[in-house]
Amino acid sequence: MPPRSDKLKNTEQELRIFRARALLAFVVVVALTSLLVGRLAYLQVVQHDVYSTRSEKNRVRVEPLPPNRGLIYDRNGVLLAENRPTYNLTLVRERSENVDETLKLLVELLELNGEETSTFYERSQQWQRPFQPVLLASDLSEEQIARLAVNRHQLPGVEVEAQLLRYYPDAEVMAHALGYVGRINAEELANLDATRYAGTHFIGKTGIERFYEDELHGQAGLRRVETNARGRVLRELGRTDPVPGKDLTLTLDSSLQMLAYELMDGRRGSIVAIEPGSGEILAMVSTPGFDSNQFVTGIDRASYQALQENLNLPLFNRATRGHYPPGSTIKPFLALGGLVDGAITPDTTINDPGYYQLPNDSRRYRNWLRWGHGRVDLERSIAVSNNTFYYSLAHEMGIDSLHEQMTNFGFGQRVAHDVQSQSSGLMPSREWKRERFNQSWYPGETLSVGIGQGYWQVTPLQLATATATLANRGQWVKPRMARQIGDTPLELDLPDTPDDINLAQDSWWDSVFSGMEKVVSGSEGTARRTGEGLEYRMGGKSGTAQVFSLGQDQRYDADELEERLRDHALFIAFAPIEDPQIAVSVIVENAGGGSTHAAHLARAMTDEWLLDDDAPEVDEVRETLETDNSNVEGN
Amino acid sequence: MPWQALIRSMRGRPVRPSGGIPKRRSIWERIHIDPWLLGLLLILMGSGLLVIYSASGQSMNVVIAQAIRFGVALVAMVVVAQFSPIFFLRWAPVAYGIGVLMLVAVELVGDIGMGAQRWLEIPGVIRFQPSEMMKLAVPMMVAAYLYRCELPPRLRDIAVCGLIIGLPVALIAAQPDLGTSLLVASAAIIVVLLAGLSWRLIGLVCVLLASGFPLLWMNLHNYQRQRILTFLNPETDPLGSGWNIIQSTTAIGSGGVFGKGWLEGTQSQLEFLPERHTDFIVAVLGEEVGLIGMVVLIFLYLLIVSRGLWLASESQNTFGRLVAGSIILTFFIYVFVNVGMVSGILPVVGVPLPLVSYGGTSSVTLLVGFGILMSIHAHRRLLPR
Repeated sequence: MPPRSDKLKNTEQELRIFRARALLAFVVVVALTSLLVGRLAYLQVVQHDVYSTRSEKNRVRVEPLPPNRGLIYDRNGVLLAENRPTYNLTLVRERSENVDETLKLLVELLELNGEETSTFYERSQQWQRPFQPVLLASDLSEEQIARLAVNRHQLPGVEVEAQLLRYYPDAEVMAHALGYVGRINAEELANLDATRYAGTHFIGKTGIERFYEDELHGQAGLRRVETNARGRVLRELGRTDPVPGKDLTLTLDSSLQMLAYELMDGRRGSIVAIEPGSGEILAMVSTPGFDSNQFVTGIDRASYQALQENLNLPLFNRATRGHYPPGSTIKPFLALGGLVDGAITPDTTINDPGYYQLPNDSRRYRNWLRWGHGRVDLERSIAVSNNTFYYSLAHEMGIDSLHEQMTNFGFGQRVAHDVQSQSSGLMPSREWKRERFNQSWYPGETLSVGIGQGYWQVTPLQLATATATLANRGQWVKPRMARQIGDTPLELDLPDTPDDINLAQDSWWDSVFSGMEKVVSGSEGTARRTGEGLEYRMGGKSGTAQVFSLGQDQRYDADELEERLRDHALFIAFAPIEDPQIAVSVIVENAGGGSTHAAHLARAMTDEWLLDDDAPEVDEVRETLETDNSNVEGN
Repeated sequence: MPWQALIRSMRGRPVRPSGGIPKRRSIWERIHIDPWLLGLLLILMGSGLLVIYSASGQSMNVVIAQAIRFGVALVAMVVVAQFSPIFFLRWAPVAYGIGVLMLVAVELVGDIGMGAQRWLEIPGVIRFQPSEMMKLAVPMMVAAYLYRCELPPRLRDIAVCGLIIGLPVALIAAQPDLGTSLLVASAAIIVVLLAGLSWRLIGLVCVLLASGFPLLWMNLHNYQRQRILTFLNPETDPLGSGWNIIQSTTAIGSGGVFGKGWLEGTQSQLEFLPERHTDFIVAVLGEEVGLIGMVVLIFLYLLIVSRGLWLASESQNTFGRLVAGSIILTFFIYVFVNVGMVSGILPVVGVPLPLVSYGGTSSVTLLVGFGILMSIHAHRRLLPR
């Protein structure tokens, strides 16, 4: 450092220099200050509106309030679908000190298995806006919640949120009838009314849940809230309450449904019961069922694969989509068709030598009883399920008339009002065959159709519907599942009800009914064992369907194959004859030759519905099934 | 000279040169404190406490903590003011040397906080940020050096000053603490400028700086580059580093002319603003008191700077003038950089708003600086003329 030398210094000059520089500095300070003030004025005066708006947007957020989904009851007020509070695990990444550590700890605390862990990590990677909670896991167990609570201090940013989740108390029994809700997927999201579904995560996927989605869902509400930057709500500025979805009262009777399910125990098949007077579906069961609750929270891959690969096709709704040849169950309808058409009268008789031959054709169309039933009239043709009578009748009517008459009973059509994804079955016709195979109709094919074989395919629901219409003496009522939406009863006169079926004389109905009564009560009846001890008059008709493969089933082992080649047992019934209260269709897949199996189940259903306390227990029915090995019907 | 007359009138009573009739000195003169400057600083700190109350989400604890810091800082100021400028002149090289050694120590063993090494810690005893001390030590060292030279400085002297400044600045920048290193550099460069650096050289340096920018850019840390890029276009990263600037300009802009009222700022009260009671406190102010309040605040700073400059030019020797001028102009740089960054005309560098932002270190440094300034003023006759 140079020595200070006052001699060399010019203090006056130094002061002058400094003052000049200080003055200049002051000028610069004032200039820069003006710049700041100018900038502030620009922001606060010129741009004030822009920033005010932005500031307002910043702090006010509109939050959707999802409505509670309507509950579903059976006809007696038994809860079939409810909303259960469940707990979800969410994480706000920005609030977590160490996301990886936190996730690791969570996996440990929740005791997740391998697949759950990978799903968990997958979810944790999902993109979210900053400070938005990421859903990590849903439907936490009590124990998991407790563990999280204990370790709360180690888990910043982790929250347990309550949410209402659909729950089906009798999931397996009701699965096919009710359907289920599931998470809204991307495709659904694109087609939804975004406002209505704001904040909603679930939507009806199948069945009633889907059909009445609009009514069940309700209307989303909104609330305007003031938040801080972390999205924490500080106060509410205004709100529109959500309109909860309407509760739905179904026509189903849960105890009847339960019985039907239990009767089918271990079997594949379907039972549908309808109240003829109103068209109300009392029971609609497809077995095996599945746990629809799994689908609400999102079924895991392994379980879903297991369901899909299950040879019993539990996910397949046999009641509405299962195609079966109706076999002899359609004989009463064909008889009625013949009466309407004029091809026969109640007094028409034929002589059955055991077979039928078309004129100028040597081929013999055989009755199931090789030696024939001899003289057969209409009533007896139904009671003994004579084939020859119906070959003859079908030939008389011709396929065109036959098609028309059977269509009037709802075959080949979707007739139920509010049943989601019902199949139309198949009622063959000349036009159909031309379109399908580009072939003309052969007279022999009419004969096949005449005994419920050939191309004809029905669904259990169609069969029950036709039976109900028959029991109603031709008066059509559309089958339906909803009784009441909210407080409003569903209109009784449903739109597009098919035309009623009119016979020339009302007493002709009695002839057909009489034939059907003899099926269960007559000495020759094909299901006479079923009618033992009957406390009311019941009309029924048995049927046997040659195996129709549901497809996808190529990997049978020998025993399995044999079992699955057995005939399907079918039965339709209604009772009591004088004032029908219930019409039932039963299909038991591969129940073997004869239809006694299905007949006993139908009887159990009518007993349950008509007799209250006197109805037999399921065990008794099973006992009957085991002891009754009679094989009274061929076709 | 009207300039001196004005200063005298502000002082109230003319101080006689030595040899005059000894007058009874006022209390202020005896404790070497400038009442005007003190008054302005107290007003500033008082308003600072009000703003902190609002910015901290109305936390009385934070306000009390800050008030205590202010108290400590004021005591430090008064104590420092009692030392004579000769003391500072003598000890400046020592303080500078120790400071540089500590910076080296920080580089070697310093605590890593917020991704940068800034702290030197003797566990349980003290946590110290040497770079803070250098804000005063470096300009004083430069002034002490120039005090021994003939002014205006020759090229050789300037080169020496460049070395004196460059070493600590480089060390601080390496921590990395770009903001502080720039502040230390500017404080020291102001000394050189006030000493009469020739305009030709100033122009040359400006050209050199401009051409050296790409080199500087290449040596910046990624986050520093990011800050500058974000400054140029905050919308490119609205949720990351641009968030601060978008939110602060929104807060200020939405304040309008009259502001939303004290404690009524939605932006600030709702935690949209980051660092709202430290570096970004201006945004709270701008939102709550509006343009009028901001102008009042800036005018207050302007008064302090004016008074400081007056005091500096009153000083009777070059060392005092240079140090005092540097202290007060650095103070202004703080204000300008802070308000400039929060209002979006400067990139975001961590510079607090003097005596308003929450924080102890900066308050102490600033008030110690004012203590030195007052010492220089009050002891002005004690230095050889």
